Amino acid sequence: MSVFKDAGHLFRFAGLFVLAFLIFLVVRHYIVPKSFGQYGHYRGASIGEIAARPVKFAGHETCETCHSDEAAKKSSGKHAHVNCEACHGALASHADDPSIMPVLPDTAVLCARCHTASAAKPKGFPQVDPASHYPGTPCNTCHQPHSPGMDAGGAK
Amino acid sequence: MKISRRQMLILLPAAAVAWESVMAGTPEDAPNYKMTGHWWGMLIDIPKCIGCGNCVRACQTENDVPDGYFRTWVERYHRSDWPMSESGDVTPNPLIAPEVISPDGGKEGFPAATDESGKYFFVPKMCNHCAESPCTQVCPVGATFISPDGVVLVDQTYCLGCAYCVQACPYGCRYVHPEKKVADKCTLCYHRITKGLTTACCEACPTGARQLVDLKNPNDPIHAFLKTHSVQVLKPQMATGAKLFYNDLDGSVR
Amino acid sequence: MNGVEGYMYPNEITLYWSVLIVLYPYITGLVAGAFILASLERVFRVEAVKPTYRLALLTALAFLLVAPLPLVLHLGHPFRSPEMYFTPHSTSAMAMFGYVYLWYLMAVLVLEIWLDYRRDIVLLSQSSKGLLRFVYKVMTLGSSNISPRSLAIDDRVGWIVTLIGIPSAFLLHGYVGFIFGSVKANPWWSSPLMPVVFIFSAMVSGIAGVMLLYMAISKLRKQVIDMRCVDSIAMYLFYIFIIDFSLEMLDLVHRIYEANESFNSLNFMVHTQLYFSQIVLQIGLGTITPLALLFLTQVVKLPEIARKYMYVLSGSLALIGVLAMRWNVVIGGQLFSKSFLGYTTYKMSLVTREGLLVAIFLTLLPLVFLWVLIKLLPPWPEKSAHAAAD
Repeated sequence: MSVFKDAGHLFRFAGLFVLAFLIFLVVRHYIVPKSFGQYGHYRGASIGEIAARPVKFAGHETCETCHSDEAAKKSSGKHAHVNCEACHGALASHADDPSIMPVLPDTAVLCARCHTASAAKPKGFPQVDPASHYPGTPCNTCHQPHSPGMDAGGAK
Repeated sequence: MKISRRQMLILLPAAAVAWESVMAGTPEDAPNYKMTGHWWGMLIDIPKCIGCGNCVRACQTENDVPDGYFRTWVERYHRSDWPMSESGDVTPNPLIAPEVISPDGGKEGFPAATDESGKYFFVPKMCNHCAESPCTQVCPVGATFISPDGVVLVDQTYCLGCAYCVQACPYGCRYVHPEKKVADKCTLCYHRITKGLTTACCEACPTGARQLVDLKNPNDPIHAFLKTHSVQVLKPQMATGAKLFYNDLDGSVR
Repeated sequence: MNGVEGYMYPNEITLYWSVLIVLYPYITGLVAGAFILASLERVFRVEAVKPTYRLALLTALAFLLVAPLPLVLHLGHPFRSPEMYFTPHSTSAMAMFGYVYLWYLMAVLVLEIWLDYRRDIVLLSQSSKGLLRFVYKVMTLGSSNISPRSLAIDDRVGWIVTLIGIPSAFLLHGYVGFIFGSVKANPWWSSPLMPVVFIFSAMVSGIAGVMLLYMAISKLRKQVIDMRCVDSIAMYLFYIFIIDFSLEMLDLVHRIYEANESFNSLNFMVHTQLYFSQIVLQIGLGTITPLALLFLTQVVKLPEIARKYMYVLSGSLALIGVLAMRWNVVIGGQLFSKSFLGYTTYKMSLVTREGLLVAIFLTLLPLVFLWVLIKLLPPWPEKSAHAAAD
């Protein structure tokens, strides 16, 4: 029995360990978020939080519900596959509250972004050199952005 | 024509229901969004990319990406012609050492190229939403994870900001947000795709070079596309199960 | 722009792991190394190094207390760090570090020191006064049993703890190596040799550190340096240094010979940005020079004073070399693009949370801790006993 008596201090040390471990378990129980482990080793509720962030681009389907006339014009032209907000920018705020009027893009900057000639662009893509292609004239003088072909109503 | 928010939601009943449910809780509770019904990825059609930078700007707008950091960016590759040297052997080999630029992530497009020699192409980059993602593997606390629908997400209220995941990503798609001090990355516009919308980058791409794909949807055009095209992922040797598919990817792309 | 050469992925331009992450493996390495030295006496019965046994243990503890500080300070949200304990991710090498650290601290080092010092603690709790008496009383855990039988039990248990401690020390530091070695995205890190190289360089730094501390403290206490002890420490340092050097060279030769896709990029980096810290500091000054000096002391019969100077010089150089090695791993691994097409630069800040001043403070902090520990638990019981007898 004296072995246990002489090793008593060791049991005290072990007791401290067990106590610390129990405290850890209790704290852990209260600290770990409830949805942790719902789907995997993460906080399940975070998926919903991320999904609930606000949208800034309304999406072309939303635009087309009101602007069906523009959508119809666009669908028959060269820009049929270009979505509204690709040029007009993010407009969920306008879709939420139509009284917020968007600013019309400046064609000189907007068109040049895609159509400035560069050896790097795919060969079949329509490109012009803005310095020699009617410099100073706004693009929409000749090309209607929603149907930009020269035979589609924009031609002079 | 005056339309209130309420009327908008009436106009779009499906989106409205999803929207309200998503706001209320997890997407799994949304009646027309089931996490187990989707497995998201993206198709990038390299021959269609014109390097306009619309996707980069749209992503920044949609997700408040801080300046100088990128959830998506566009690289311009220039693989020069094989030089006609005496021996035929050249260093550096243009296939191994392409010239790559990405000024400000390609946000404002690229300077016009005048050198007609060699081969040019644009490569949009973003998170590959890997199915065997090395970044989620190393997270010490479970703050980043693959969602049940295959999107690699970050729980920014739980992230320590240790940046181990940034080191583990072979594609350079993660960064530590300079103000929030947590890992930040592409969410594949999770707040959009769960509401039936496409991602901001796909919405803004004028040429259709980016397509959101749902691999669990049997009617998704991706399945037909994969049958007929030469499609690759980035760094296949990393075995990350990347779901960012590139059509017509040049061998010099890293 | 921003010191970028060639092409970096845009998110790679900033370095996310700073000088503090250089310190973290350095300090952990010193812990592991010091403990291995202590275990030489305890487990392998190397009587000659006995004068450093307790000092090595206290050094290990002092550095271990500081080891997590650079990690926590570099976190974006330091107060979230307990999540590592509450929800450790089983596939993350870093998550397991928290537990390995705690195990090593509590189950190995503190327990071993407590067992070894228990007799002294009990005696001190009876002889000292005031607050100190209370501190010692707490440390006895309320048991003042120092019967020969209980001390014999302590000795036996302490031996077992040391035995467990050796693999634990390897685990602690091997883990740090694994944190880097397992990152497949980074060819500069990704290597199964990384944990082994880390362990051996840790032993080099720890043994050199304790050797220098022992010589410095003896000088300060105006005690004669036990040359038999220092000679054998230097001998072990020399042998382990050879293993460490061979492993590092094996890694280097392997990389050069394999010359895989990352080689050109890494080779260029080593010859430019890392030239000073890798070739000059780590390999030249920090490894080959101290190895040559130690080799001399092993083969040539030198007078005591010459040996002392050579030990101090080679020990200091070894410490610098290992620090340079940590720097080259941590910082070097972030200087090149994972596209292998370009390089960035690391600009160390001075006064920020991850700056140079904090790094210097954290390097000196363990010495302060060690001073307190030495005051509290003097590693020289025989001397004080003699003093009391006189």
